[in-house]
Amino acid sequence: MTTQESRKRWISFGIGLIWLFIILWPLLGIKPEGLEFMPTLSLWIKLAVASVCVMLVYELNRGGVFDPIKRTGASLKDSTQRLYTATPNWLLICIALAFAIAFPAMTGRYGHDVACNVLIYICLGLGLNVVVGLAGLLDLGYIAFYGVGAYTYALLSIHYGISFWLCLPVAGALAAIAGCIIGYPTLRMRGDYLAIVTLGFGEIVRLVLNNWMDLTNGPNGLMGVKRPGLYWLDFTNGWSLEHIWLKKVWMFYYVILLIAIFTIIAVYRLNYSRIGRAWEAIREDETAAELMGVNTFLLKLLAYASGAVFAGFAGAFFAARMRFVSPESFTFLESAMVLAMVVLGGMGSIPGVMLGALALIALPEAFREFDVYRMLVFGGVMTLMMLVRPKGLCPAKRVGRRSEEAE
Amino acid sequence: MADKNEIILELKNVTSAYGKIAALKGISLTLLKGEIVSIIGANGAGKSSTLMTICNIVRATGGDILYQGKRINNVNPDLLPGMGLCQVPEGRRIFPRLTVTENLEMGAFFRRDAAGMAEDMKRVYEFFPKLRERRRQLGGTLSGGEQQMLAIGRAIMSRPKVLLLDEPSMGLAPLIVQQIFRIIEEINSQGVTVLLVEQNANLALQCASRGYVLETGNVVMEDDADALLHNPDIRKAYLGE
Amino acid sequence: MDYFLQQLINGVTLGGVYALIALGYTMVYGIIQLINFAHGEFFAAGGYMGVIIISYLSAKGVSPVLCIALGLGLTMVYCAILAMAVEKVAYKPLRSSSRLSVLLSALGMSIFLQHGLMLTQGVYDKPYPTAMTAGGFELGGVVVSYMQIYIILITAFLLVALNLLVFKTRIGKAMRATAQDKVMSALLGINSNRIISLTFAIGAGLAAAAGIMVGFYYGSVNYTMGFVPGIKAFAAAVLGGIGNITGAMIGGLIIGMVEIFAAGYLSSEYKDVFAFIILIAVLYFRPTGIMGENVDDTRV
Repeated sequence: MTTQESRKRWISFGIGLIWLFIILWPLLGIKPEGLEFMPTLSLWIKLAVASVCVMLVYELNRGGVFDPIKRTGASLKDSTQRLYTATPNWLLICIALAFAIAFPAMTGRYGHDVACNVLIYICLGLGLNVVVGLAGLLDLGYIAFYGVGAYTYALLSIHYGISFWLCLPVAGALAAIAGCIIGYPTLRMRGDYLAIVTLGFGEIVRLVLNNWMDLTNGPNGLMGVKRPGLYWLDFTNGWSLEHIWLKKVWMFYYVILLIAIFTIIAVYRLNYSRIGRAWEAIREDETAAELMGVNTFLLKLLAYASGAVFAGFAGAFFAARMRFVSPESFTFLESAMVLAMVVLGGMGSIPGVMLGALALIALPEAFREFDVYRMLVFGGVMTLMMLVRPKGLCPAKRVGRRSEEAE
Repeated sequence: MADKNEIILELKNVTSAYGKIAALKGISLTLLKGEIVSIIGANGAGKSSTLMTICNIVRATGGDILYQGKRINNVNPDLLPGMGLCQVPEGRRIFPRLTVTENLEMGAFFRRDAAGMAEDMKRVYEFFPKLRERRRQLGGTLSGGEQQMLAIGRAIMSRPKVLLLDEPSMGLAPLIVQQIFRIIEEINSQGVTVLLVEQNANLALQCASRGYVLETGNVVMEDDADALLHNPDIRKAYLGE
Repeated sequence: MDYFLQQLINGVTLGGVYALIALGYTMVYGIIQLINFAHGEFFAAGGYMGVIIISYLSAKGVSPVLCIALGLGLTMVYCAILAMAVEKVAYKPLRSSSRLSVLLSALGMSIFLQHGLMLTQGVYDKPYPTAMTAGGFELGGVVVSYMQIYIILITAFLLVALNLLVFKTRIGKAMRATAQDKVMSALLGINSNRIISLTFAIGAGLAAAAGIMVGFYYGSVNYTMGFVPGIKAFAAAVLGGIGNITGAMIGGLIIGMVEIFAAGYLSSEYKDVFAFIILIAVLYFRPTGIMGENVDDTRV
């Protein structure tokens, strides 16, 4: 039985390799000067050898060669799991918080930069999680709200010199309004129609930012956005409050950490509130939710608006840190990235989304050296992850499963 | 007629599951060539699961499914109609956006003999004149009874040796149900073996020669249809007395 | 008036190209309810493969018409193979997973293929041998290039062929049946995996043809070319009612026309904005698209 199965696997593996060659050769081997086989063959052989190795490991694994290692691994995992469940939640949160606060002291500028990015995307991911994970509305233009937030602060700062802290709520509010504007016409649509309309809105926002020269300076972007300021106790001549501009990256890190913590708490509270339950009811079965007296119209609008708020905050911070905004930063690929974090991490699960953001932002940094292959690997890994763990790294417990989606 | 007692389909201790939830916990049943056998039982007893497991839509996790003496546990579902095993599933499942004619043609999808298909099409239209009237209409626009006729007609188009019928009476008016059952008997008289799953135990046992009673994934009783029909327990549990 | 007619010709040309791409989206969506984000990449791969094959053939001294015909045919076959491989690897194992997982898998494939093209073909534009189809004629003040005539004729041919395939043949019937009910189709003897594979192949073949035509029309191809036309073609498919083949053709023409007319009469910077606004407006008043039926669920 097993040998038969493994023979079948090897046969389909072999067929796959032949297909790979058929796909590769025309791209590499047909030249106006003539047909070449060698470059394709050498690349193909490398790929074939690598994948044969992977297959061998897989076969050995199925044959049980790694069982002893796996057993120790499993017992290790088991004991950590027990330790994890035995530790009270507040202790875990304290440890995480302490780590987050101490982080700048442990790393350099580069580390701070990456950490800032991760935290920005945690905010974005959690915001999108409200829309997609909780309310079940597929939004492919989410990055537009991020753009609204960023441009709000950039414009207010450049033209009126308004401080970052004042602009933060304004950016959130404007993003929420944008969320309502985008949400309103889409509320009657269901499923995938919603996806394309949100995608369309996202593109409209980007195109407007790109072409409205008078306001946004088009593709050149806006420069000279002010840094956030802060009042700080100054002891040089007795007691006085001194106004300082945040200059160092680690200072920005604490600002975004604050925003991220606020986002986490807010999303957590929303998740376990009456509204959160209503959203989940809409996600599971909109008609049934409506029949139970859930005002689906208002709640869906609210989902868009509250999801957008967090993106607005993150956007304002992004503008302040870069001190420059341009439409380049708000393309569909960014929306896709944020969606990838939500799904990869586990829809509707807060730790999952955080893990997803960490994985998608920090890991590619580790592959900086293979710069040209980075996006290729990224795309491949994204597909592979979905094949291996379609429910995400850390799936939410409450997400319902439909019978037809049973394994 | 010498092989009247030849077994055509046999289930030996078959188990299956939806994910982790067991559906069948060891079903054994036999179907002799040319008879009508009915499976009765309450909602969730595993009646439809039995049929879906036979057709390998739900994979059997254990036991043997033998069709004409050949084990078909691992045969892909799409190969079974070609072997003469055809199912009319619960809820009819006609194709709503294909016309009536196209729906019928789908029943003979694996066949390549145009002449034979045309002949069978004529036969189906003789069985169900209503369908001939509506042959250009989309399947989704038919009434429930007509859809059931179409579903059975579509199955006839595959010239089955064994026909698995799942709840042909569901949601239909009594008069139409009787008509459907008459047609089932007629199909059977032309040599097709029928396995009939029904909630309407009375009707099912009247037209069947033998019956199985299913409860929570197990066969709890099997007997001649008449005997079951007069069994006081059965009358109490399934015939509402 | 002349200007209007000129724009009309241009609009039909572009709309035809969008329609070809949109068909792939709509057919795949119709059969497995997946927004195939990698579809735009088949279009780009077609553009590249077209110029590779046509350059090779013309260097061998094959006549231009034969070059284009062979290039078109071989490229369509190539992209069909590519699409079947992608389907097998990235989508088939996820048949029973949630639709968002498959969507992300498609997104991953899109990024992968795009950068695969970049790595094998370079980041710079690859020029098309446009001299092959140069020239045109004037008809009452309207300039029509031979290229446009080619594009319109080939598009029309492919659309008619597809319609015949889907609505008149046994395979087409099986495709429609599989799209409507996979379990029932299996019970009737249809191998749904094979049908799905075939659907991907046909959709990618059409997109590949569109890729070649766009290459000739604009004079060059680039590895990022799949994205924007991909989104617009997807919008066209939704506009027509996703899953509906006739709808995709109509939607493609509408999006192409809107884009050209908006660029000609209103503002060329905002032409894409108008295309999306039309899409949103139509969906607002007819949430299921022009020819669409209800999608019966909200699941994502």
